[in-house]
Amino acid sequence: MTDPVYVTDALIAQDIDAYLDTHQHKTMLRFITCGSVDDGKSTLIGRLLYDSKMIFEDQLAALENDSKKVGTQGQAIDFALLVDGLAAEREQGITIDVAYRFFNTEKRKFIVADCPGHEQYTRNMVTGASTADLAVILIDARKGVLVQTRRHSYLCHLLGIRNIVLAVNKMDLVDYSQARFDEIVAEYRAFASSIGIEAFTALPISGFAGDNVTAPSANTPWYTGPSLIAHLETVPVRGADDLARPFRMPVQWVNRPNLDFRGFSGLISSGSVKPGDSVRVLPSGKTSTVTRIVTLEGDLDQAQAGQAVTLTLADEIDCSRGDVIALADNPPEAADQFEATLVWMADEALTPGRAYWLKLGTQTVSATVRAPEYVVNVNTMERLAAKTLELNAIGVAEVVTDKALVFEPYAQSRTLGGFILIDKITNATVGAGMLNFSLRRAQNVHWQALDVTRKAHAALKMQEPAVLWFTGLSGSGKSTIANLVEKKLHALGKHTFLLDGDNVRHGLNKDLGFTDADRIENIRRVGEVAKLMTDAGLIVLTAFISPFRAERELVRSLLPVGEFVEVFIDTPLEEAEKRDVKGLYKKARSGQLKNFTGIDSPYERPENPEIRVDTTRESPEDAAERIVERVIGAWMPVI
Amino acid sequence: MTSPSLTHLQRLEAEAIHIMREVVAEAQAPVMLYSVGKDSAVMLHLARKAFYPAPPPFPLLHVDTTWKFQDMYALRDRMARESGMDLLVYQNPEAQARGINPFDHGALHTDMWKTEGLKQALDLYGFDAAFGGARRDEEKSRAKERIFSFRTASHGWDPKNQRPELWNLYNARKNKGESIRVFPISNWTELDIWQYIHLNDVPIVPLYFAAVRPTYEWDGQLFMADDIPRLEKVLGYRPEIVERSIRFRTLGCFPLTGAVESSAATLPEVIQETLLTTTSERQGRVIDKDAGGAGMEVKKQQGYF
Repeated sequence: MTDPVYVTDALIAQDIDAYLDTHQHKTMLRFITCGSVDDGKSTLIGRLLYDSKMIFEDQLAALENDSKKVGTQGQAIDFALLVDGLAAEREQGITIDVAYRFFNTEKRKFIVADCPGHEQYTRNMVTGASTADLAVILIDARKGVLVQTRRHSYLCHLLGIRNIVLAVNKMDLVDYSQARFDEIVAEYRAFASSIGIEAFTALPISGFAGDNVTAPSANTPWYTGPSLIAHLETVPVRGADDLARPFRMPVQWVNRPNLDFRGFSGLISSGSVKPGDSVRVLPSGKTSTVTRIVTLEGDLDQAQAGQAVTLTLADEIDCSRGDVIALADNPPEAADQFEATLVWMADEALTPGRAYWLKLGTQTVSATVRAPEYVVNVNTMERLAAKTLELNAIGVAEVVTDKALVFEPYAQSRTLGGFILIDKITNATVGAGMLNFSLRRAQNVHWQALDVTRKAHAALKMQEPAVLWFTGLSGSGKSTIANLVEKKLHALGKHTFLLDGDNVRHGLNKDLGFTDADRIENIRRVGEVAKLMTDAGLIVLTAFISPFRAERELVRSLLPVGEFVEVFIDTPLEEAEKRDVKGLYKKARSGQLKNFTGIDSPYERPENPEIRVDTTRESPEDAAERIVERVIGAWMPVI
Repeated sequence: MTSPSLTHLQRLEAEAIHIMREVVAEAQAPVMLYSVGKDSAVMLHLARKAFYPAPPPFPLLHVDTTWKFQDMYALRDRMARESGMDLLVYQNPEAQARGINPFDHGALHTDMWKTEGLKQALDLYGFDAAFGGARRDEEKSRAKERIFSFRTASHGWDPKNQRPELWNLYNARKNKGESIRVFPISNWTELDIWQYIHLNDVPIVPLYFAAVRPTYEWDGQLFMADDIPRLEKVLGYRPEIVERSIRFRTLGCFPLTGAVESSAATLPEVIQETLLTTTSERQGRVIDKDAGGAGMEVKKQQGYF
């Protein structure tokens, strides 16, 4: 093994102040290592930590001990054990999650995202790649370019990593053959250019023996390039690109300690800013001038991409979390329909049409994803047709948001182009995406401002509009009770309309079936219709099974607070099945009817309905009376 | 003047400030766990920077074991005053009543005072987001923990089911009763912490610097006799007290935190010694070594920070 290049120890011992000064001016590089179990990835990382003195004696003693017990290198130190952290992973001998490692050289601090390589861990690799400036793609010199090499390269390229290092590992096992190295590089070059990777740096190394890791190796005299560390120390970091682009800062938090101070806090995502700069607040489009850049250590003359600052503006304009402060004459766009590349990260597949929370920068909106245009086979790069996205799938689809997002294409800005999708019920992060472009500019489709407002409509009818949303199993009594409620309201002079599940499916929704996706679209349309009717001032009653919580909550979110009244007709399955008014349960039990709620399709009970009716204890008449009292008591003005 | 690249400390600082602001914007009742150690000192400094000129809009919570060094209690109270933040001190009443101490109860001491104490305090005040100063370089299981680390209503951590964390987008959504632990300095190393303290004059407990102090040996390690009468009472005898020049690389309960003999009395000297040392900083602590190689992972699943 060659000696490490580090002279750190000597400097620390002789002149600590000089050392601290050096350390203070270091830059930081974040990189990802990609490789499969057998490519020697963990060994290489363990070697980097070991050679840069990031391993202490007690850790080394534990490592030597572990190496003998569970190591795969005989009596030699198994560096892989240093980095395989979780107990379960140690037992299985594989890395299953993203782990972050740290080491320093004299020039840089490095953060390594150590990611698993198997196809079932695509989401982990995407996670690791999202913050990386550079990727080290490991290849076993004996095996050459494999399916996984292509997959890893594709994912890194997809996440926008421009610095690719091809580390041809285990050169010691192919006798340090230049011919073998050249062959692999040529093969990789052909593949890389086919997916749009313009340049990469190839190195022959041995993580196990240490060749060309920290210093040039005598075993590869034919290789004249830098060692891996030397390359990592000199490759440009991402800051320069961000700095060159126009100023943008997503507002995280409005700092208002007293009436005299109003500052906007955020992380500058691109460009730079100084007092006197003319800025525009998006999406409102209002302009102002930066007056101060406030920090604990005093005001700054200038701040740049990557810094977390607080700005004050000359004018009292509306600006809050989610807005983006940008260079006035070169602002980003706002839109509400996009083409995006999505990576699915949850066990439960994407449900096209369902509303998810979408978080981009500091903006959180409600969004739906249409059925994918295609998914990508990450091993062959083929585009395949698909109806949904399963765990680890990557596909391209349209994304529609409920209000305009200030954005930039991901290729220009990770901050304003990268987003996550969050399940509204479980709050899990279920997907990640990259905006490619907007499908139309939201600002060109203005909401038609109407002179006769929803308030005016309701006032004429002398009532407050509302949606009484009846939900429950088939045969629970929704239609019966809704009908009674409408009759009673009508008799009281209220303007109402009842939207019934069966009736709507004969007309508006006759193109829809009973798959999960169709059920969701069914409810979405009914929700939109109900909303228009409340705009007209009506009290709307709807009677739909509406089995999924997420869609009921979607409709709730369409309406002003308080106007959505969830009425849960709670009839046990046995009871509803016993009644079986339409004979549907019998058909479902005999298999003639598929996707029947309660039988082979789930019903998600409301957690906090405004009104719950237990039909085994309360008659339809009594229930209807109670609902009317609640509606009139709560929403009707006393005349 | 703009330079194309920020230094690594500038980037780490900006990352931590961004994280703290995200939590304040999205959580209902955040709190900062404050253990008075050097990592806590850096966390507090970052919080003051993040929200300046406002004071940090959350309280400090010290989950106390009653066995901390006197110097730690002094600095804790001073920093709370200077930052204008509320300081909440919580001592598990059950551990108090049962007289749980590090000598007689070993691992139970940490479990009762810290793990249980923390859970009780979070439940008592209804905090839904708690900042902690854990770093990924400290221990193997921490290397894989998210920055926003989700906890069930019973404070459990499921390492197999962590939320993916991409870019700098953090998902702070949770259901009622659930909470998140947030680690803004996840990506800092011990050296980064020291360097930051040095550059920013962050006040730290004097015990980090070498001085002549009363010491005793126990179980093969060197300890400081911070409260001799109490020590004598619990041990049942008066240990042999020897004056030595010592300092601490990490601070916890005084009977559980081993001292090192040292003459490093200034920050650069401390950093020098830290860099030249050959053992890791957690080596002075007992907690990582339980249950084979996975001590911390088990503790975390039970709710230890």
